[in-house]
Amino acid sequence: MRPVLSLVFCILWVLPGWAAGLTYRLEPRLIAPGTYVFEGAVEHFTTQNGGNILNTGFIVTNDGVIVIQTGPSRRYGEEMRAAIAKVTDKPILKVFVSNQHPDYFLGSQAFADVPIAALPGTIDGIRVEGRAVTENMYRLIGDWMRGTDAVVPSEPVFAATQVYGRHRLRLIPLSGHTQADLAIYDETTRVLFAGGLVFSDRAPTTPHADIPRWLDALDELATLDSAVLVPNHGVIRADNSAIAQTRDYLNWLTAALGRAADGGLDMTEVMALDTPARFASLAVLREEFMRSVAHLYPKIEQSVLSKVN
Amino acid sequence: MIRIAGLALAMALSAAPAAADQDATMDPFRSVMWDDMRAVILGGGAVLFDQRVRVTAPASAEDALNVPVMVDASSLNAESKVEEIVVFADMNPIPRILNYRPASAKPVIGLRLKLQQATPIRAAARTGDGVWHVGGVFVDAAGGGCTSPALAHGDPQWERHLGEVQARAWGQAADGAVRVRFRIRHPMDTGLAPGIPAFYLENLAVHDGQGQELGRIDTFEPVSENPVFTLEVSPSPASRTLRLTGRDNNGTPVLADIPLPWRQSALP
Repeated sequence: MRPVLSLVFCILWVLPGWAAGLTYRLEPRLIAPGTYVFEGAVEHFTTQNGGNILNTGFIVTNDGVIVIQTGPSRRYGEEMRAAIAKVTDKPILKVFVSNQHPDYFLGSQAFADVPIAALPGTIDGIRVEGRAVTENMYRLIGDWMRGTDAVVPSEPVFAATQVYGRHRLRLIPLSGHTQADLAIYDETTRVLFAGGLVFSDRAPTTPHADIPRWLDALDELATLDSAVLVPNHGVIRADNSAIAQTRDYLNWLTAALGRAADGGLDMTEVMALDTPARFASLAVLREEFMRSVAHLYPKIEQSVLSKVN
Repeated sequence: MIRIAGLALAMALSAAPAAADQDATMDPFRSVMWDDMRAVILGGGAVLFDQRVRVTAPASAEDALNVPVMVDASSLNAESKVEEIVVFADMNPIPRILNYRPASAKPVIGLRLKLQQATPIRAAARTGDGVWHVGGVFVDAAGGGCTSPALAHGDPQWERHLGEVQARAWGQAADGAVRVRFRIRHPMDTGLAPGIPAFYLENLAVHDGQGQELGRIDTFEPVSENPVFTLEVSPSPASRTLRLTGRDNNGTPVLADIPLPWRQSALP
């Protein structure tokens, strides 16, 4: 009896994840013909959620499968690929990565055998900062990251319409959330994978943000006749309301930080400011607002401090 | 107008639980470095962990090179005037961040600092009786702040801007205090980044229009690059400007006159 038990323990120890019970339990949700999404939690990166906070997706076409974002870790990418294989036995044709933030691309090791496409700015961003963001993810989510390395996307893409089976995918290069944000609009199903630009009932993140350019990008996305909008984080909706919500928040944020700087507030005082009641429905609002103060306030306060020598 | 939320969720605010059940001489963070801090930074003086020294900082440092911290010890003043505030971080390779002596100013200072790893950030306020009242917060950080080269080294023109001051003062409160915020261009090199010697501002002072000293700050390596400070000073009513002076460890002077906002009381 005892040797058997020891053997069981050995196996549990040897197979990483089993012992800790780490699995993302990814369940694809059909949102349009041939189009599936793995919905992430509307939370921050934690050791509980393993970084599964992003809406990733895939499109099954007659030619093969198109994967959109690869998730926060190698484990996520592998589980995602296994979950796709349960839906279809078609080969994976290509992976798109929308921006350089860690939850978009750290699952790419599981797709190393197929082209991984991204905007040139995203490829540069991952090349320069990929290692540092990967190390920070190990700090934030721990064992979920085991074996994860940053993979620099292999294929630069530009504005184009690419056809896979009967799906016509319009690649829209934008920026503002980061230096390069790829939105993918499926003209066939009218599904918009908005990438990092649109948040839905979840406070926007701003570590690489250029807000005026971001607002321009939202205007461009609003012109699309989308039937389903997949935001990077938060609730998937059958209308464009998440675009307006993101725009409203960004406008408020810029104005509030400008007012605070003009009123002479120090950064910690700005972090403690009240947020308007209409944003109470946004998940992780307080945390993201405080992060945004750290990202944006130093530059904004300089605009109210005049040079005196 | 701007309203400040009573206590923000993710904001760490004076975590020192100086409650009745807590021994006010016991370090609330149980830091392994505390005994050293007390001996080296506070010279072994009498110490009281005291919630009235409010230290505010985000619980997690988004940018380890620029961690905002605000210290407010003004509620000690009613009992005994605060003569000096020392800000330090136990786990930093260079723990001492600054000393502030508010001569004619509230014992309040806002600053930004570099963190090398998660650490308690503390402020010790020394009152007239020689007792150090210590408040603090624990701040988590990805780290690397002290050993990273300053961003200035990516700009070949940085020396041209050395010692430039941007500043503004805000209207007089009922108690005569003026809030002043200033930013000084300086790389604040810690000496811990490979191949870059320590080069940092060592002292700063603010005087009023009559030459009266309002406050003096000794700054050390962990203060952030291009430091930004917030002070609340009480200049004489006739003052039209504040004078900021200082120098770095290479002897480069800092000199700037900061105009005060127009004030009714300054009119003849």
